[in-house]
Amino acid sequence: MPGSLSKDFVTIIIVTALLIWVMPLLIATYTLTVLIVYGMLGLSLGLIWGFGGILCFGQAAFFGLGAYTYAIAAINIGESTIPMVLAVLVPAIFAALLGAMMFYGRLNDVYLGVITLVVTLILFKFINSTAGPQYVIGKARLGGFNGIPGFQTLNVPGNPDAYIWGDSYFYVCAVLLGVVFLLVTALLRSSFGRIAVGIRENEVRMSLMGYDVRARKTVMFAIGAAIAGLAGALFANWGEIVTPNLFSLGQSAEIIIWCIVGGLGTRLGPILGAAGLAYLKFMLGQQAVIDNTLIMGLILVLFVLFLPRGIVPALAGLWNVSFGRRPLGRIHQQRRLRKRERLNG
Amino acid sequence: MAEVVLETNGLTMRFGGVVAASNVDFKLHACELRCLIGPNGAGKSTFFKCVTGLQTPTEGEVYMRGEETTHWMPHQIASLGVGIKTQTPNVMDALSVFENIWLAARRFHSPQDASRKTHEIIERLALGSIARDGLGQLAHGERQRVELGLVAVGDPWLVLLDEPAAGMSAEDVERMTGIIHELNKSAAIIIVEHDMQFIRSIAEMVTVFHQGEVLMEDHVDRVMSDPTVRNVYLGKKA
Repeated sequence: MPGSLSKDFVTIIIVTALLIWVMPLLIATYTLTVLIVYGMLGLSLGLIWGFGGILCFGQAAFFGLGAYTYAIAAINIGESTIPMVLAVLVPAIFAALLGAMMFYGRLNDVYLGVITLVVTLILFKFINSTAGPQYVIGKARLGGFNGIPGFQTLNVPGNPDAYIWGDSYFYVCAVLLGVVFLLVTALLRSSFGRIAVGIRENEVRMSLMGYDVRARKTVMFAIGAAIAGLAGALFANWGEIVTPNLFSLGQSAEIIIWCIVGGLGTRLGPILGAAGLAYLKFMLGQQAVIDNTLIMGLILVLFVLFLPRGIVPALAGLWNVSFGRRPLGRIHQQRRLRKRERLNG
Repeated sequence: MAEVVLETNGLTMRFGGVVAASNVDFKLHACELRCLIGPNGAGKSTFFKCVTGLQTPTEGEVYMRGEETTHWMPHQIASLGVGIKTQTPNVMDALSVFENIWLAARRFHSPQDASRKTHEIIERLALGSIARDGLGQLAHGERQRVELGLVAVGDPWLVLLDEPAAGMSAEDVERMTGIIHELNKSAAIIIVEHDMQFIRSIAEMVTVFHQGEVLMEDHVDRVMSDPTVRNVYLGKKA
């Protein structure tokens, strides 16, 4: 299979560095930070849906779980390093258990979507109902619909008094997104990633070739949850509060929309979709003429109708037509097929 | 006597009140080539699915090289070194010919060896001119050939093929016959097939299924001339 990982790495590092330099000149770093976090969240679903073929309607569950894990651990530990690690591990382990139950139980397609949706709803309802003083983990009160405020935010590892905030926090988030993007690229270039794409394309065939589809889908699902958990922890640090809305169905639906608009089956699409739509929502929130959900709905409908593959695949196609190898049109393909069949007798 | 690589004892598959395969006892020896024939609904495909793990038999046992595989999943059976090709071309349409075969090779080889094996198979099956094409763009015969490549690249000792010649041109069938004969040098092969001309060209031993049971097991010429077989399979009275 073609592809040079080192070339990809150099490109990603250069582009990330350029964006870190240019973007703060255009948008405030406080806003940029949350766009980066959403981009990471979009990438988490883009990975498991676009490359693993797992349509998860509850990616917000792992996002919220990461945020709550961070907040609870930070209150109890009083330092951010271990909470950050736990915010990645807890959603990953939760997803591994949930995924094993679903994939080993041979649940697929719409059933998988329903279960992940229901799990998100259960978490949303549960966290909302924990307002009473009896809901305490160590020193942390879960706080019900009020959420958990006032936890230790990100600090220099080992030094709880050296807070990382403002512009520094933006740079940390941007670098982390770059690192996650690099890791996802490496994963997709590895045998595991290629096999995951094979499973997305044809589970039965991959199984008949000797691959344990259930185990690989479980691992992929857990990796997606780990990325969503990291995004959740970064979001908690950005907002300095976690609330049950992180688990809301609205949040889950938005992640799916980001991926559709940005372009499934691409690494960049879900990030661009997330950042673009989140920024649009932020801009629309500053006016009172039109309800921003109407605009968001209209955008989704327009994309599904006119750009069903999303922004990045459309731009890539345009690039190929203008500057690169021209993709074969349907008519050319059919001609070629007929010619080959004629030659075969 | 050659080693028994596949054996079923009393294999039965029921779907509600319908008995699709009934008490099938079957043996296949190393490097043997056997065709399974029979009219539609005779139980050939059900037997095939039970052996490959795509369905779990209601009763009976399946043994591969002496190991019981009755309740195994398809990937466990394939991991033993069993190559499986289903009735319709079962490939990854969005991936190229090379990628499809590479994925099959990677299951049994390191990444570098998988690439080497893939090139070998592409050359052997004369797929070089379409190696970078997506499977979705290929003609039916080419897709069948690629799927045979997926089977062959794992160096199997047992190959199970469900209608490999279906919908193929005469030239493709001839090429397919050559590939199967080559595979048969190192692997036992079961072929479920309807095309009698293809069966005559490729098989010596044939097992005839009828109403879920094994009706007859003999040399292809004797089977074809047997009045009972002609009656149930070809619809001719003796």
